[in-house]
Amino acid sequence: MSTTTSHATQSRLGGDAPLLQLRGITKSFGAVSVLRGVDLEVRAGRVTALVGDNGAGKSTLIKGIAGIHQFDSGEYFFDGSPVHVAGPKDSAALGIEIVYQDLALCDNLDVVHNLYLGRELRKGGLLDEDTMETKARETLDGLSVRTLTSVRTHVASLSGGQRQTVAIARAVLWNSRVVVLDEPTAALGVAQTEQVLLLVRRLADRGLAVVLISHNLNDVFEVADDIAVLYLGELVAQVEVKDVTNSHVVELITTGSSSGGHGIQSSDAHPVRPTDKDAS
Amino acid sequence: MSIQTEPTSAPSPAGPPRPDDVPQPTLGASARAYLTRVRGGDVGALPAVAGLIVLVIVFSALRPSTFTNAFNFANLIQQGAPIIVIAMGLVFVLLLGEIDLSAGVAAGTSAAVMGVFLTNHGVNWLISTVICLLTGAVIGFLIGLLVARLGIPSFVVTLAWFLGLQGVTLVIIGEGGTIAFRDKTILALMNSNMPVWLGWVLWVVLMGGYAALTLRRSSSRAKAGLTHDPMALAAFKIGALAVITGAAVAYLSKERSPGTISIKGVPIEVSILVALLIGLTFLLTRTAWGRHVYAVGGNAEAARRAGINVPAVRLVCFVICSTLAAVAGILFASYDNSVSPTTGGSQTLLYAVGAAVIGGTSLFGGKGRIVDAVIGGFVIAIIANGMALLNQPSGRVYMVTGLVLLIAASVDAISRRRATATGRA
Repeated sequence: MSTTTSHATQSRLGGDAPLLQLRGITKSFGAVSVLRGVDLEVRAGRVTALVGDNGAGKSTLIKGIAGIHQFDSGEYFFDGSPVHVAGPKDSAALGIEIVYQDLALCDNLDVVHNLYLGRELRKGGLLDEDTMETKARETLDGLSVRTLTSVRTHVASLSGGQRQTVAIARAVLWNSRVVVLDEPTAALGVAQTEQVLLLVRRLADRGLAVVLISHNLNDVFEVADDIAVLYLGELVAQVEVKDVTNSHVVELITTGSSSGGHGIQSSDAHPVRPTDKDAS
Repeated sequence: MSIQTEPTSAPSPAGPPRPDDVPQPTLGASARAYLTRVRGGDVGALPAVAGLIVLVIVFSALRPSTFTNAFNFANLIQQGAPIIVIAMGLVFVLLLGEIDLSAGVAAGTSAAVMGVFLTNHGVNWLISTVICLLTGAVIGFLIGLLVARLGIPSFVVTLAWFLGLQGVTLVIIGEGGTIAFRDKTILALMNSNMPVWLGWVLWVVLMGGYAALTLRRSSSRAKAGLTHDPMALAAFKIGALAVITGAAVAYLSKERSPGTISIKGVPIEVSILVALLIGLTFLLTRTAWGRHVYAVGGNAEAARRAGINVPAVRLVCFVICSTLAAVAGILFASYDNSVSPTTGGSQTLLYAVGAAVIGGTSLFGGKGRIVDAVIGGFVIAIIANGMALLNQPSGRVYMVTGLVLLIAASVDAISRRRATATGRA
């Protein structure tokens, strides 16, 4: 790679090979360099929190993962193989679902209609309402969602937490393997935040790779397994939650480096990357 | 009585349904759920139905002999039919949160084009009809392109078409001229009746079909372990619809001629209205495309992200609207036996928009049904018809109709605010 990866002090995490891996990702908008050599690993069955201050490049990074933006350079691996994601359809085909902050639900439709929006099940060319309703119920039950009394309720009458639940359920309805959540708790009260975080945890426990973007470090420490810190377009650290404290992460977010924390060291000190064989 | 064609089941007030043990809503619970919906701002066609009843009572009291007789009842359907057809098309555009101000004059232009082929060139009625519908479709396609692809507000685009199409019609027909319609088939559409037996056969077939569909739906939902309407409610809906439509058919089957030539039976245009009502309702509620129309009207960005081709949905809605306007143009021409530069002009569009909105279709998009156009269309037709029987000058008829449209739009806005407040938008 010819990109500037020398600053990345990424902690190599043990365990399985990452499901989604980015190497040396760069992205510029005109003269503005937004991503400057990002290395990110997302593992199945784990919640990876992506944190960083405003303007650090979080949104650009996930839009690139989703295929909405094209990365200028860098490598994109999925399940160990290099992939080219040219648009949202490509990322969806890989099983990557993004839940954006504004949720993108139709208030005038009910929960079932929203879950299947754009991918309606049909029988003989017509909508197969019964199967969709049954499967919607099963999906919500599978996520242990007990807060929705009827899947035929219009989304307009749902609370913020319930709406978030519907948006997340829509992302996992399609056998997705990576779910990216953009600030899922930003607008929620305490109890609803708790519900959504439980749901996030359950997604990872079911074997999905979850990327959680959040400004709230309490949420991050409660639910995440790994923390990836973006600072001015560089991924300055990817560490396990148990290796760091809140103040270390705050320091990383604000200054891009940390004076303490034994999990944060130069990548030279770490063993060979598990997926180095993939890089040619 | 409201004609219940609610496509989706009422939200069940009972607990979360589980495949193994589904608590089915009782009749009382269904009624309470409906009341909660109405109080929450989801009034549907309720104000229109109430208005319909009030209007019928008022005009029946003021003009007992002329308003309520069978001749006037058939007349009412005749006057309402073209307005209702245009309103059905407007429902598609209104569902997107857009407007088509040119729908009325598009009817006139399409009919004028048809007249040129049918009368001036002696082309057969079927081909002329196809040409008429194509004219409407092309108008809608061009409007749709400008709105969906170029992003011009539909209000401005269709205002331009409103003016431009009047000019086109004038050019085709000539100042002060008319094109006469003499084809028997086309004239029969608005001026003839079915044989009495055929009216009853159609009624039996349609009611039987409706009952079978309703019951099959209930049983398939029960089999799938889902909540469904209580049997008593389903039976009540079927029964009420059968009684109302049966009474109408019976009334239309009576001899209603004041003279010596016998006039009885269901007017032909009713079959067109019923076919459009069933076909378009089916399109909107049972197909994925129809679902996408509601999604685009509710949240276009969400629809786009869900992979729906939003500009294509918009485009097709405008095509449907103008094509239905062309159908209305045929009805106008059939009714008047001719096309003139004023066909589909003046208050036509206002009446059609009024019909859709009075029936309960929202001007804000995302909410509306085809049946709204029918119910609202009858409200409009009754006002025009009843006030004419009261010998009111047309100035007053316009004022009253304008007022009714304002009231309907206010009800729409207020119920929307209520819906937002109670989270039922």
